[in-house]
Amino acid sequence: MRGATHAPWAACAVALALVVTACGGGSGGGGSGDAGAVLSASWGDPQNPLEPANTNEVQGGKVLDMIFRGLKRYDPETGEAQDMLAESIETADSQNFTVTVKDGWTFSNGEKVTAKSFVDAWNYGASLRNNQRNAYFFGYIEGYDKTHPEEGEQSADTLSGLRVTGERTFTVKLTQKFSTFPDTLGYAAFAPLPRAFFDDHDAWVAKPVGNGPYAVDTYAKGSQISLRKWDGYPGDDKARNGGVDLKVYTDNNTAYTDLLAGNLDLVDDVPASQLKNVRNDLGDRYLNVPAGIIQTLAFPYYDEKWNRTGSEKVRKGLSMAINRKQITETLFVKTRTPATDWTSPVLGEDGGFREGLCGDACAYKPDEAKKLIREGGGLPGGKVTLTYNADTGSHKDWVDAVCNSINNALGDERACAGNPVGTFADFRNQITQQKMSGPFRAGWQMDYPLIQNFLQPLYYTDASSNDGKWSNKNFDEFVDRANQESDTAKAVGLFQQAEEVVRDNMAAIPLWYQNGSAGWSERLSDVELNPFSVPVYDQIKVS
Amino acid sequence: MGRYVARRLLQMIPVFIGTTLLIFLMMYALPGDPVRALYGEQSVDVSQIAAIKAEYGLDKPLWQQYINYLTGLPQGDFGTQIASRRPVAEVIGEAFPVTIRLTILAFVFTVLVGVSMGIVSGMRAGRKTDTSVLVITLALISVPSFVLGFLFQWLFAMQFGWVTPTVQDSMNVGQLLLPAIVLASLSLAYVARLTRTSIAENLRADYMRTAVAKGLPRRRIISMHLMRNSMIPVVTFLGIDIGSLMTGAIITEGIFNVQGIGNLVYLALSRREGATVVGIVTVMVLIYLFVNLLVDLLYAVLDPRIRYV
Repeated sequence: MRGATHAPWAACAVALALVVTACGGGSGGGGSGDAGAVLSASWGDPQNPLEPANTNEVQGGKVLDMIFRGLKRYDPETGEAQDMLAESIETADSQNFTVTVKDGWTFSNGEKVTAKSFVDAWNYGASLRNNQRNAYFFGYIEGYDKTHPEEGEQSADTLSGLRVTGERTFTVKLTQKFSTFPDTLGYAAFAPLPRAFFDDHDAWVAKPVGNGPYAVDTYAKGSQISLRKWDGYPGDDKARNGGVDLKVYTDNNTAYTDLLAGNLDLVDDVPASQLKNVRNDLGDRYLNVPAGIIQTLAFPYYDEKWNRTGSEKVRKGLSMAINRKQITETLFVKTRTPATDWTSPVLGEDGGFREGLCGDACAYKPDEAKKLIREGGGLPGGKVTLTYNADTGSHKDWVDAVCNSINNALGDERACAGNPVGTFADFRNQITQQKMSGPFRAGWQMDYPLIQNFLQPLYYTDASSNDGKWSNKNFDEFVDRANQESDTAKAVGLFQQAEEVVRDNMAAIPLWYQNGSAGWSERLSDVELNPFSVPVYDQIKVS
Repeated sequence: MGRYVARRLLQMIPVFIGTTLLIFLMMYALPGDPVRALYGEQSVDVSQIAAIKAEYGLDKPLWQQYINYLTGLPQGDFGTQIASRRPVAEVIGEAFPVTIRLTILAFVFTVLVGVSMGIVSGMRAGRKTDTSVLVITLALISVPSFVLGFLFQWLFAMQFGWVTPTVQDSMNVGQLLLPAIVLASLSLAYVARLTRTSIAENLRADYMRTAVAKGLPRRRIISMHLMRNSMIPVVTFLGIDIGSLMTGAIITEGIFNVQGIGNLVYLALSRREGATVVGIVTVMVLIYLFVNLLVDLLYAVLDPRIRYV
């Protein structure tokens, strides 16, 4: 599908200037921004209905971020969770929380946002029969094992850990201590829902109603959704533009062409084939920043070859044989940033990101790599195979590059080879059935910008996404202690100690952080990406 | 005639069942569990997978799934998309009007331009006009449609500014014109060449000499005698072509961002939405079958010697 097209930029600029003046009708044309002007942005058809607890990809997330506000909201710049609808979230023991909702908030249909709006929404999301993809977010709340058992049918419809205690207060009881739990509440899955969602679900899905700065005007599935500023929005982050039209593009090259021609104001996924031209085409109107996504190589610890004494040296050696800088610069054209820890820069220093935590183990040192692998008993069977799925994300290119780098470092043409699996579905199947015999591609897209989310689900014993079945007592202990720690800074410190355990054992090889990108037209200013790589639409000014 | 049509309609039933079964099996045979794949990299409870499978009847044996599918079809039930929970009929119903418009535009363009190019060059076979038509069609046949798409996009949208580079409103016939021309260009070349050959050949036929000898006016000779006889291979080609115009638009639809069937198939395939793929193929098979029947009936109109009993 991806064909390369590049028109001389001068011609495009002319076309752009022509069309911009033509499109600008109705707007004031001033430099500072017109609060009534509508911008258009690229979109992809979301796979799922736009239910908050059922959306875990960027496309649906864009809409939810515009039409919903939860108890907390992540600061677009620092990623810090700040109170939004929450007046207070109090706890004495890091396990029982009392939530007070701010007064004066309503949904765009006039209904009041109450404690019940949250509790009903969370119960809906956690119930097995509603097939909500984000159900696992409620997994820390008591009673989740009844509403969403691992196997068999559900024995309860509501979470026993949630109780409405007043019009604006409710309590949450967790199954374990989890001090940073309030900071997870900024994720869309925890958004409140109006009665209309439950009373006439089909109508709601056809035209969602929320409590955010925008309201859905029209929604033509598969082609466009028009969002308009909601004038009655009670929050401080009112929309600075008149609305957003999200247009569906099946090919991001096409969207980029439209941007250059002035038919589109904002693309948030600049196609790889255009990266060489983007500076020429857009100048400063281009953004490329790390997102909350880290790519790693995981190991099958259920296979003895990778779980014997000394194999951590082999893993560390492999890590040092990978020239991350070269691969991210040449192959990915700087759309990836070499990883130096196991989290993501979007967390910020205070959130637990520590640049260079990996140290030498993530630096390219071919000689030491060779030595370490030899000390660790050599590669199991004399070679490694990197397993990946070949159908999405052009993984083949970087896997081959990584193998090349390893082969060069070790001076052995056959030390490393890629092992493609036809489809992603099959790849996942083989992983869950523990059929991996060597390192395999792993990626983690954070659920919420917390260091906990980068560590616990991936490396805790038998955690949900611990595909390699790595297990370490010290790590588990640090995580448990961190979850019990009520002081956030101390909790983050403990998580970093846990991360050091991951480093010392090289539980997984961190490769790079994925970047989010955006390009925009001359009409726009103040374009930013939030920690989930979604443009912060309400802040964008249109002239 | 009536009996012939009835027989053909009956013959469609096994063809229809065979093709849908094949596609059904192919989608099923793809490795990996599509319901599990919905969840991507995240982990998911066994109970969740089971619940979704039960809801959509995917836990039943394959033959039963297929029978359920077949029995639903006459009632317009094409199944439901697993992820979006929308009825497939509704999804197809949204994309189809777009594709129909695009196809009709492309088809009309093919017929009008292709046939007239063919006639002109066939009548002047071996002369300059003929040579230039041959060169143009050769170029159209050898250039892949996406190159043409990007070229037209660059030329007409970026350079001349006559149109927007992509289709802003997929239902707007005026905006669909450019993608339709790109889509039609390949068929157009074939139609022009077919018509040319056929005309050039029939010009030397006995009945043509007779017609001229009878003293018929030239226009009548060409339209009634020459054209009618020369159209049979062209009509056969056009019949098959209408199907490939509908399904073959994936690339063109992508370049011009047209939200039609092509895009839908592409998305459905990448998302492993089996029900959607089977549904679209089912509709396509029906269209193919009916167009073919229509073409066969047209033979009788064009050539009175052909009689269907």
